Amino acid sequence: MWLYAARRVLFTIPIGLGVTIICFALIYLAPGDPVQSLLPPDATANDIAQLKHYYGLDKPIPVQYILWLGHALTGDLGISIQTNRPVTDEVWRALGNTVSIATISAVLAMIIALGLGIVAATNIGGWADRLATAIAVFGVSVPTFWLAVVLVIVFAVQLGVLPATGMGSKGSNTFSWFEWSEARYAVLPIVAMTLTPLGILMRTTRASLADILSQDFIQTLRAKGLSETAVIRHAIANALPQILAMFGLQLGYLIGGSILIETIFTWPGTGFLLNKAILTRDIPLLQGTILVLAMAFVGINLIVDLIQTLVDPRIKRI
Amino acid sequence: MSLQPSERHLQAVKPGHPHDRGGKAQPMLIVENLKKYFPIHGGLLNRKVAEVKAVDDVSFSVLKGETLGIVGESGCGKSTLARLLMHLLPRDKGTLIFDGDPVDEPRGMSLRDLRRNLQMVFQDSYSSLNPRLPIEDSIAYGPSVHGMSRAKARAKARELLEKVGLRPDLFAGRYPHELSGGQKQRVNIARALALDPRMLILDEAVSALDKSVEAQVLNLLGYLKRHFNLTYMFISHDLHVVRYISDRVLVMYLGQVVEIGPVEDIYTQPKHPYTMALLASRLEIDPDQRIDTPPIVGDPPNPINPPSGCRFRTRCPLAEPICAERTPTLGTGAFAASDHRAACHVTNPVAGHSFAGRSLQSIAPSEMPARFAESA
Amino acid sequence: MSDIPADAVRLAQAAPTAHRVRGYWSAVWNRLRYDYVTLLFLALIVLIVLSAIFAPYLAPLDPNKSSMASRLKPILYKSFILGTDEQGRDILSRLIWGGRTSLLMGIAPVFVATIVGGFFGVLAGYAGGKLNSAIMRTMDVFFAFPSVLLAVAISGSLGSGLINQMITLTIVLIPPICRVAETATTQVRTMDFIDAARASGASTASILVRHVLVNVLSPVFVYSSTLVSASILLASGLSFLGLGVSPPTPDWGLMLSTLRQSIYVQPLVCALPGVTILVTSIAFNLVSDGLRQAMDVKA
Repeated sequence: MWLYAARRVLFTIPIGLGVTIICFALIYLAPGDPVQSLLPPDATANDIAQLKHYYGLDKPIPVQYILWLGHALTGDLGISIQTNRPVTDEVWRALGNTVSIATISAVLAMIIALGLGIVAATNIGGWADRLATAIAVFGVSVPTFWLAVVLVIVFAVQLGVLPATGMGSKGSNTFSWFEWSEARYAVLPIVAMTLTPLGILMRTTRASLADILSQDFIQTLRAKGLSETAVIRHAIANALPQILAMFGLQLGYLIGGSILIETIFTWPGTGFLLNKAILTRDIPLLQGTILVLAMAFVGINLIVDLIQTLVDPRIKRI
Repeated sequence: MSLQPSERHLQAVKPGHPHDRGGKAQPMLIVENLKKYFPIHGGLLNRKVAEVKAVDDVSFSVLKGETLGIVGESGCGKSTLARLLMHLLPRDKGTLIFDGDPVDEPRGMSLRDLRRNLQMVFQDSYSSLNPRLPIEDSIAYGPSVHGMSRAKARAKARELLEKVGLRPDLFAGRYPHELSGGQKQRVNIARALALDPRMLILDEAVSALDKSVEAQVLNLLGYLKRHFNLTYMFISHDLHVVRYISDRVLVMYLGQVVEIGPVEDIYTQPKHPYTMALLASRLEIDPDQRIDTPPIVGDPPNPINPPSGCRFRTRCPLAEPICAERTPTLGTGAFAASDHRAACHVTNPVAGHSFAGRSLQSIAPSEMPARFAESA
Repeated sequence: MSDIPADAVRLAQAAPTAHRVRGYWSAVWNRLRYDYVTLLFLALIVLIVLSAIFAPYLAPLDPNKSSMASRLKPILYKSFILGTDEQGRDILSRLIWGGRTSLLMGIAPVFVATIVGGFFGVLAGYAGGKLNSAIMRTMDVFFAFPSVLLAVAISGSLGSGLINQMITLTIVLIPPICRVAETATTQVRTMDFIDAARASGASTASILVRHVLVNVLSPVFVYSSTLVSASILLASGLSFLGLGVSPPTPDWGLMLSTLRQSIYVQPLVCALPGVTILVTSIAFNLVSDGLRQAMDVKA
């Protein structure tokens, strides 16, 4: 098990380096001179010279990458063109807001998916199964930004029970999850975020449980006289690693893919930041945010894999 | 019912045929010092940590027109041997001489020529035939690769189908999933014959079949061998089948040849303790004759770290210190049809084994070293 | 023919001669034929595709003709069957025309990515060893990005526009297709019929075409079909963020984005572009599901 875990950690290093290469390359994807991408249009000749020296822009590309990577590893992701503040500060401030609603959504989706998925898998063809299938198809087919707009139309415009946008009257600095007057701003973003992972997690739960329940060892358990509840508990224990892996993936997708939801609800997270960077063509901000989010995704996958080695008896024995 | 095939496309190399280059006395295939080790990767960085000695210094020959049976427990290297001979796996070391011509060497026989002469019948399984090709195309594929026109290759495939007992008008256009196991195996045989080979390697060719179907396919193999003047190398773990079909038998243990000889000699007077144990492990048809104690104890040792000296010594009832020190050999020189050799110190009068020179049949269980006396 | 074994002949004669399904594709069609849900949604897709192709003839009004007088009108207002947008343009006409970019974005990137990803996947799977590692580890790096994030990263750097959007989507779709193709190829490669083909002396190219591709193509094709819906969603998301086609051109994602400002005035009309995206996406999802089940025949 430890060998497996150690190898998994080692394996992450080249992936992480690859991610930094892609993020670095984004400057070169942007049309025009990288100097123009990295500095405001009104930058002085002195600024340009300084930047060129700092990133080695007059040196070969591999050298530039090493310099950039060195800065990034020490937490220096450049200066945002728009706000003139360090990108690292901007991203850190936003990251918490994204992680909180993404985590709540993912956990919520997981709970509902487990409940409905178990009922569906034990009553294939029954009402719960049909509902689960319908939700699953809807969940993967629905454009989440449209769902968000519909939620706003229904609950904010028509019913007027929940706020449409923002993070509370006092802004994100004083946001508190424990006061309804504040927390209610997070309700619609969370609901809009939950549906897609819910559909996928439900499909996974149902499929893996149904598969395990059809295997011979389940018949043996029944033949031994185990109660149906105990049998299902066995089946869930066997399906758990697979479901857990999917949960981790979905959490990562929510954190990394929050741009649409956060843009619609003007929720000041990393997605909102990304959208701002795109609209203002703030390449340092775009690059830095993407690097942090991708690294977070890599980290989540690693953690989930490591947890899996603890849960999955097959890996545990290696 | 007319089964009157036109034999325009099918040909056999009869003795004296120009393709029979080496003449009657030249063995069809000589294998010398064949070796294949598979690396095992592991550890933190997935580096090579060990080797499986799948085929370790194997030498033998297959005589013209004979059926050489190859037996051994699963994992002893039989299938690796087959794939090495077919050049489906690269060998680490060793020479192959096909009808007097060294294979894949300068001035020898090219790989392409070898493949025209030597073909293989795979075990019947869902993976032995391409699921997306009608069986006729699967059979015709080989000849068309070697430059035969599509129409001619098809015609040949249909003739071969008839030869293996499948009516072309019913079967030619079928897909593998529409065939039974026995029918699929007939197609596998037809495919192997499509290049007019002189020798076939049959790797567990009937092992997956029902007993009754197995008998039909064995009869078919016998018929084809006579009809096309073929030489067979028949690999199986089924000792009854091997006895039925073989002229000579080769016994493998942990990647090495332990005994080789004429089939009746091997079955009635085995010279190697492993062969004896293997034969004793067969189920008798007569229930009264069945034995209760296992004739062989323990699992085969790990092929990654085989025992020193004789590899069978850890399970051998006659093992003595000499067996750990020196590796017994089959002896040198060419193999004749009547040669019966075993790689065991007991067969060698000068090796220094206390039973040296005695036949295994003459050794009473009471004479064996204590730890094995009970089970042997 | 006296020496042909008697039992062999008997076996052949006893073979069934009744109607049989011939070939893999006819077996697939045989199954699909009775899957009415899939057929229904397939018909819907055909309808949507046809309406996009024949948009100039089907659209009741000019999709780009704006009028200040008839801004944000409700459904069934005068000749505007589905109402008007914030510039007084006919929603129905814009939806019909918008299908062109949206469908193009669903299908074209998947098509290109299938060819490119399939090529590298088959190459990696068949070659194995170092080449496999090189290709698949590169793909792993792309898998380290959630697809939306990767799309935003590439598209955000490249800038907006139809071609940039297509390039972005293609890059995002290549790694998953490559991985599926690689897995399928690796599986096929170890099968005995490949060894049999090699034993007959066939060239690698011939084996790849005649034995590997025919078996890899259908799982890859099925997988790619499931990506069409994802590609449409991703494309509309990018358009929604302003990274797709530029404004006057009708596009479902872009329409939703601009109409969003008017949800207090015409909530129902504003939700319409999303409904078309949803319906199209569901249709592609269900059809690819049905296709997968139909192609899962043992053959």
